[in-house]
Amino acid sequence: MNAEWRWDFTFEILPKMLIATFNTIIAAGVGYAIALVVGLFFLLGQRTPFKIINIINREIVEFIRSTPLLIQLFFVYFVLPQFGITLSAWLCGMITIGLHFGTYLSEVYRGALEGVPKTQWEACRALNFSTIYTYRKIVLPQAFPIAIPGMGNYLVGIFKDTPLLSTIGVAELFHAATAVGGYNYRYLEPYTMVGVIFLILSVPAAMGIRKLEKRVNLVQGKIKK
Amino acid sequence: MSYFAFLAEHGSTLLLGTVTTIKVLICSTTLYVIISMIFGLMRISKNKIIQGIATVYIEFFRGTSLLVQLFWVYYVLPFFGISLEAFVAGVVAIGMNFGAYGAEIVRGGILAVPKGQWEGAFALNFSPAKRMRKIIIPQIFPIILPPAANLTVELLKATALVALVTVVDLTFEAKQINSITWLSAQCFGTALLIYYIISRFFLVPFLRWLEVIAARKVGKEKI
Repeated sequence: MNAEWRWDFTFEILPKMLIATFNTIIAAGVGYAIALVVGLFFLLGQRTPFKIINIINREIVEFIRSTPLLIQLFFVYFVLPQFGITLSAWLCGMITIGLHFGTYLSEVYRGALEGVPKTQWEACRALNFSTIYTYRKIVLPQAFPIAIPGMGNYLVGIFKDTPLLSTIGVAELFHAATAVGGYNYRYLEPYTMVGVIFLILSVPAAMGIRKLEKRVNLVQGKIKK
Repeated sequence: MSYFAFLAEHGSTLLLGTVTTIKVLICSTTLYVIISMIFGLMRISKNKIIQGIATVYIEFFRGTSLLVQLFWVYYVLPFFGISLEAFVAGVVAIGMNFGAYGAEIVRGGILAVPKGQWEGAFALNFSPAKRMRKIIIPQIFPIILPPAANLTVELLKATALVALVTVVDLTFEAKQINSITWLSAQCFGTALLIYYIISRFFLVPFLRWLEVIAARKVGKEKI
């Protein structure tokens, strides 16, 4: 093994890596879409007036949040077939990521709703607005900008956690790098390329989110250094 | 095979794995706290070069995936003649990754100390080093501990990844037992429960206790 970087090898595996990058982006996008919806359900569970549902919901969220995504992946992938449900690795990965990050997103939603001043709710009640009208016209337009930075952060977070999917055999970027590395017995270029591709994609995204956050704060009249 | 029979047969193996997980947790937490202190201070330095180094470090480790960094440390560093043991590689990768996140928390904490404190120290003619050490740093703990507690729980979850570079921790043992017995629900379910118990009944109460202590130290009663 020598530490010299081989450009010919790099260009040889580049097309494969780029196709796999595409898969990674799809995985992150689909996982994020599921997480957005799952988060709404957890939020509903949190805000229903039934105490018992609130408690169960909180415990489930707590449990999912404090256990590793990796084992959750294994659990879904290996245990569901025992109950006669055989899903592809892709589907298992998407469901698990959706569930895991759904719990985080429900917290983002909750924070955003609580960020709307109480007086707004009271004013709606005083004006005799219906619940639906209150949410649609008064609360959600104010809560959404508060939620944007948190939502963006978890998009980047999901993107960075997609390499875990390779452990159950989803053919994304990291999986491709491991396969290429094992085949040629050279790990230097594939793994470094994975790192560089991740940097290229996630640093601008994170910067964009930070800009958005500043803008949101400005719109809301909060001035931040 | 009932669950109790499963526990009787494989419980001790899982417990051994748990001990390794806790070792990884303690070592990498220590490393990440040190790194985040150093880089958090570098980040607010007036020297552009020092600040630049810290920014690059933080952006780099936050921009790439922990798993990629872990594999890079374990499989690619040997190309450069640095062969680390799996355990050390895991601790180093996790510590450096979370150190980057922690540095941002430390920076935020330092900037959140009220301006009057800085001016007071200046008025009393404290040197910059003494001002940091005696006035500012002791006050940042109540500010940084809540987000740092969240980060530490994340770190506990991240320790599961070291199983992928052959550290024999809880996840590794669960996977091993699964491949022998194919009792997936039992072994992965137990592993999930153990992680949950560590986090909910040991780690989080401990961190809350630290928060209370830190708040009391600066004279703010908490709750």
